[in-house]
Amino acid sequence: MGTTVTVGLGSCGIAAGAKNTYEKISALKTAGKLNFILRKTSCVGMCYREPLVEITDDTGTYLYGEVDTDRAAEVIEKHINRHEPIKDYVVYTNLFDAPENDFIGAQVKIVLRNCGHIDPESIEEYENRHGYKAIKKIVAEKISQEEVIDTVLKSGLRGRGGGGFPTGKKWKFARSNKSDDKYVICNADEGDPGAFMDRSVLEGDPHSVLEGMIIAAYAIGATHGVIYCRAEYPLAIKRLNIALEQAHERGYLGKNIFGIEGFDHDIYIKEGAGAFVCGEETALIASIEGERGMPRKRPPFPAVSGLWKKPTNINNVETFANIPWIILKGAEAYARYGTEKSKGTKVFALAGKVRHSGLVEVPMGMTIRDVIFKLGGGIKNNKKFKAVQMGGPSGGCIPEFLSDTIVDYDSVTATGAIMGSGGMVVMDETTCMVDVAKFFLDFTRKESCGKCTFCRMGTKRMLEILDRITKGLGREGDIEKLEELAYQIKDNSLCGLGQTAPNPVLTTIRYFRDEYEAHINQKKCPAKVCRPLLTYQVDPEKCTGCMVCLKNCPVKAITGERKQPHRINQEICTKCGMCLSKCKFEAVMIS
Amino acid sequence: MRITRIQSGKKPNLVDEPDLSLLDPLIASQKGKKGSLIPLLQGTQEIYGYIPRAAFEKVSYETGIPLSNMFGVVTFYAQFRLHPVGKMIIKVCHGTACHVQQAREISESLEEALKIKDGETTEDRFFTLESVACLGCCSLAPVMMVGDQTYGKLTGNEAVKIVKNIKLAENN
Repeated sequence: MGTTVTVGLGSCGIAAGAKNTYEKISALKTAGKLNFILRKTSCVGMCYREPLVEITDDTGTYLYGEVDTDRAAEVIEKHINRHEPIKDYVVYTNLFDAPENDFIGAQVKIVLRNCGHIDPESIEEYENRHGYKAIKKIVAEKISQEEVIDTVLKSGLRGRGGGGFPTGKKWKFARSNKSDDKYVICNADEGDPGAFMDRSVLEGDPHSVLEGMIIAAYAIGATHGVIYCRAEYPLAIKRLNIALEQAHERGYLGKNIFGIEGFDHDIYIKEGAGAFVCGEETALIASIEGERGMPRKRPPFPAVSGLWKKPTNINNVETFANIPWIILKGAEAYARYGTEKSKGTKVFALAGKVRHSGLVEVPMGMTIRDVIFKLGGGIKNNKKFKAVQMGGPSGGCIPEFLSDTIVDYDSVTATGAIMGSGGMVVMDETTCMVDVAKFFLDFTRKESCGKCTFCRMGTKRMLEILDRITKGLGREGDIEKLEELAYQIKDNSLCGLGQTAPNPVLTTIRYFRDEYEAHINQKKCPAKVCRPLLTYQVDPEKCTGCMVCLKNCPVKAITGERKQPHRINQEICTKCGMCLSKCKFEAVMIS
Repeated sequence: MRITRIQSGKKPNLVDEPDLSLLDPLIASQKGKKGSLIPLLQGTQEIYGYIPRAAFEKVSYETGIPLSNMFGVVTFYAQFRLHPVGKMIIKVCHGTACHVQQAREISESLEEALKIKDGETTEDRFFTLESVACLGCCSLAPVMMVGDQTYGKLTGNEAVKIVKNIKLAENN
């Protein structure tokens, strides 16, 4: 077996400089006429170690982390030319103890089974790893449409977009409605700030999504497929287009596909134009039809009357990526993972103040603490873990004392958050929970489509209250007013956006009421984030008298002579924070 | 200002008097298709970098889609622009992970250095500063994107330095 060198070229990797690494290795290969195969792959999930380079030779597999161009040259020289792996740079291997062995070892990869292993632009590599075998199995064993749906039902797979509706049931509804035209839509409008699972799957393994869609189309009798993808994911769209072309060439899309008489199915991509509400099924349909993405009343459900008034089945990227595995390995194999009501695995995007930010896939039922500490490696800079935000703008903050909650749909919902699409943003003691609530509400207010008054006006009013609390102008009764508005919005909104928009506020009030009270009553921000509540002072011990803060202060509140400690006049200071960010000696203190 | 997000595409063609004939192939390619309004608008923006008034009128005239519908859609989605943009678009990520890691400082430093506010374009039409909801590079937070290059793990000062260097490289 020859030696292969694989470079991870997902969006994160590219941002960390993986393209330069790839070009460097490629140049070294040409210059030295080196004998190895150079491959590209996508996200391995270990974003915090990017750029990643994997070398597989006769002895085993070595994953090198943080490979910039210099390190690349060193690795090629020592490992390839002299056959001496550089143990210090290896982050994962099956041969010896490496720092990230546990990170990979604790995961169960079903959705991400191919991510980071195959070249996403090669259909051959997908097929070499059991790609398109699930649909071929259906053909070869003459598995009926009902049996396919039954398998999905039995697997216990629930919608991974966040709602958690059983996928098999959804398919059954869509199948039961008779029509000449039916649609399968893949929802790839991943709008949650802090979530990038779908992007990684589309960039890393686009064929698995196509295969899942083809199987869904077979099961419900759909003729057309649409992938509604964010225009903000250009790399994902590019790779999907390549995958679609390859599938066409092989006859996996088109007429009488896979030799099934009368099974016509074609898929096209529709680029979203940037509206969070389009993650909602009926809004998404309106957007594909070329209108403003505003939700419609249900019923009729899309399964009865969806895109162009035809029966339509909508699933999320991750849901589709699960399907081929389930068909191939069987419902029981899938249901072995997870809890009673939430089967299988879930992909999470770990980010925020966690050491190992990246993509992880874990069986349902793991505790949040294990995800953050075992896989995530704990909190950055030895700070204290405070809370984790799950479910994005529709979710909530789960406090540290509830971190033994297990990840499954029902347990997470019980805390007031939601599973959502799988974003996990970790927060430490320096994160202000009132500020976080304000951040999310600001997002949902901007993204509210404006159809329902309570969502349109209510979120605005809530934001105004939060804004004044963070400015030190909070009044008694503000918390109660926030709660009242929150319940009104939840009860009187048509779609998921409005129904869940107050969740970040409600959960932070529930678990961090003391922080709200500190802002309102003592006019203090315990996490030292809300600037108007802070006092800026110069530490005379550390101040070198360099005059930088003095020159940069926009209101001339700082006085002092060169080489003498400066002073901030509190009466003039507008608390803009400029001195803090300009000081090179950490002499500006906040309290 | 509404949070705007990034978009794919070619370099914007900065013109005040748009060459409307550039629209012809686009309109022809979408003729008779259902739900063509958004692709038409996206295509128009690819050509001009924003959607000029004259282009609105031409597309409406040729396709029969009422101007009011077009304007309704353009103002609904974050992607569309009604004003020309600079040669380089700076997108400062304000996703959750970046927000809790001081993305605000990056925006403020850039606003100060470029002397423009969020959403505005510098006088020489070189930079446009935007806030985006999430670039999906959460592990590198805080992040900004200039053109198609992403920069991670920033501080306010570093962001300003990067932008200044880009400007310097352009002038040389």
